[in-house]
Amino acid sequence: MTEVTSNAPLEGARASELGPVARFLKATELDTRMLGMVGALLVIWMGFHILSNGLFLTPRNLWNLSVQSSSVAVMATGMVLVIVTRNIDLSVGSLLGFVGMIMGVTQAMFLPRVIGLPLGDPTIWIIALAAGLAVGLVIGALQGFLIAYLAIPSFIVTLGGLLVWRGAAWWVTSGQTVAPMDATFRLMGGGPGGSIGASWSWVVGLVACVAVILMLMSGRAQRKRFKFPLRPVWAEVFLGILVSSVILGAVWVANSYPWPAGTVRRYAEANNITIPEGGLFISHGIAVPVLMAVAAGIIVTFIATRTRFGRYVFAIGGNPEAAELAGINTRWVTMKVFMLMGLLASFSAAISTARLNASTNAQGTLDELLVIAAAVIGGTSLAGGVGTVAGAMLGAVLMQSLQSGMVLLGVDTPLQNIVVGFVLVVAVWLDTLYRRRAQ
Amino acid sequence: MDQSPAPLVEMRNMSIAFGGIRAVDDASVDLHAGEVVALLGHNGAGKSTLIKILSGAYRRDAGTIFVNGEEAQISNPRDAKKYGIETIYQTLALADNVDAAANLFLGRELRTAWGTLDDVAMEAEARKVMGRLNPRFQRFKDPVVRLSGGQRQSVAIARAILFNARILIMDEPTAALGPQETAQVGELVKQLKADGIGIFLISHDIHDVFDLADRVCVMKNGQVVGTARTQDVTKDEVLGMIILGKCPPGAIPGPGAMTMAA
Ligand SMILES: Nc1ncnc2c1ncn2[C@@H]1O[C@H](COP(=O)(O)OP(=O)(O)O)[C@@H](O)[C@H]1O
Ligand SMILES: [Mg+2]
Repeated sequence: MTEVTSNAPLEGARASELGPVARFLKATELDTRMLGMVGALLVIWMGFHILSNGLFLTPRNLWNLSVQSSSVAVMATGMVLVIVTRNIDLSVGSLLGFVGMIMGVTQAMFLPRVIGLPLGDPTIWIIALAAGLAVGLVIGALQGFLIAYLAIPSFIVTLGGLLVWRGAAWWVTSGQTVAPMDATFRLMGGGPGGSIGASWSWVVGLVACVAVILMLMSGRAQRKRFKFPLRPVWAEVFLGILVSSVILGAVWVANSYPWPAGTVRRYAEANNITIPEGGLFISHGIAVPVLMAVAAGIIVTFIATRTRFGRYVFAIGGNPEAAELAGINTRWVTMKVFMLMGLLASFSAAISTARLNASTNAQGTLDELLVIAAAVIGGTSLAGGVGTVAGAMLGAVLMQSLQSGMVLLGVDTPLQNIVVGFVLVVAVWLDTLYRRRAQ
Repeated sequence: MDQSPAPLVEMRNMSIAFGGIRAVDDASVDLHAGEVVALLGHNGAGKSTLIKILSGAYRRDAGTIFVNGEEAQISNPRDAKKYGIETIYQTLALADNVDAAANLFLGRELRTAWGTLDDVAMEAEARKVMGRLNPRFQRFKDPVVRLSGGQRQSVAIARAILFNARILIMDEPTAALGPQETAQVGELVKQLKADGIGIFLISHDIHDVFDLADRVCVMKNGQVVGTARTQDVTKDEVLGMIILGKCPPGAIPGPGAMTMAA
């Protein structure tokens, strides 16, 4: 370790030559690319807020935005790994449609009518969800097998999948919409019932803050143990406070959005509560689909950065030949990436069928493009090897912000598509510029 | 060298063709513990292809590999590593987008009690081994694509010596290095040889390796021209083998040796 200490003065000298901003970024190790995205998101939000005369940055709109982003965000986490391995998955939208159909038919037709479970039976939603997840996993495995072991390009396999699973979604009921969904299953779609309320939201927020602080501390302890260079203490404290405030701020926003008056009245009647003079304020709190998306983000980030599998995914993307020569079973890793993608698309199917309270064969149409766009805007390189799950989720929120902002402003759908397409191309162009400069 | 009956590695009658090109044609070569065998020949002679069969990167069409006198089943890189065969590839074979430590441990990651990657421990080990090879190396956080050619080469070398290789294959290991670093690699070769490791040292330039090698094996057009102990031949004679395929009296001729009639 002698070289670390001997070089320390040199590093210090270099640091003092940097400007205050650069020094701040160096000390906190914040990713400038990620900061740029957050900045872009804030600009978009402020822009819509001003253009809509203050309708955009309201608890109601932000809460809806979070719920609308969930389905695409969940799939975007998996798409990062797919694109990192130099593959693509064009089938996720159709897969969502087909799996949604399977889950709908299982809970609304198969279990009550064929098996004879009473409506509202607590096992219904579990069986329906499990059936959907199993189907998604198997389809992912099948596509992954064709790509990894038969060496058919992923573009072709999943383009085929896009057609096949959309057709299959139609076939399940010959095109008929299936409704309604099981009451418990519907919680995954959000809404007043599908949110965890104010107290639980604070609990979740506080637990998240504690987890962040513990992670910062254990990271520091680890680096100290091996005598690696440390971040300055002020930078650690700053990061802890920053992340905690963002988390608690988000909880506060979710808790500021009350149930609609009608729902409150029905709830009060059902529970024999008399509504006070000024009305009863019942918070939505964090929506269940948002929790599912955050959980997916955390789990896939963990897989990508902390496990051997994740390391192999990135190594394959960086240099497939080197990964193979290092003894990595690259085919099996690739197949597993597509299995994970199938599983995540199934969770998205659960979210969107629950939200719609129905399964239709058109569900998820064009979602593959939103998901890929979210990942790419979030910094996943189509050349492979580079990408972050957090970036992709932010990308999903950014795409959804554009879309719901334009809906709020009354922009026509064709123009919305034009804007989204334009933004995608510009975002990737900016990213290319950034990477060229970073080299 | 001691000619004990069972060499550390013996490749017998290796052949491999790509399309119509017979990249390696009936080549045989062996290596003993603590011995350095230089594999020489022009670009395209088949050196890299021959050792890639040994390292499991290519499947041979014909031939047998023996390790310690016993037939070895090597059909992928994992198999080769199980026999203690480590390789520094001519192309380096690094994952450009991850850092030095991740490359050193690629495929053999250290893990915590929870089964997660132990990045801190891997970085500590990486700092140790890199400190030995290239004490000025500091860029442990950068993806290796940002490193200089020499630094990348040290990462590739460090990876090969990290796991106690018994057989080390170095394919043009000094291609990207300056004179000082080349000398350092020479020292490393001597040190590893003293530890009893058998080394295949591959080069298209005889001057790089003649003084380090115990024996030379010259290839031309996929065939072995001949094998010789370095004390039995001169540099000029070896050059004749490389350029003309002419086998001098001090060497044992192979299938690629120019026939007397020609
Ligand atoms: N993967 C491959 N596919 C097709 N031809 C190859 C491949 N690898 C090597 N070759 C051919 O085999 C011959 C020997 O190449 P190589 O072993 O790299 O030579 P050397 O390492 O001695 O310079 C060359 O003609 C080369 O073009
Ligand atoms: Mg070569």
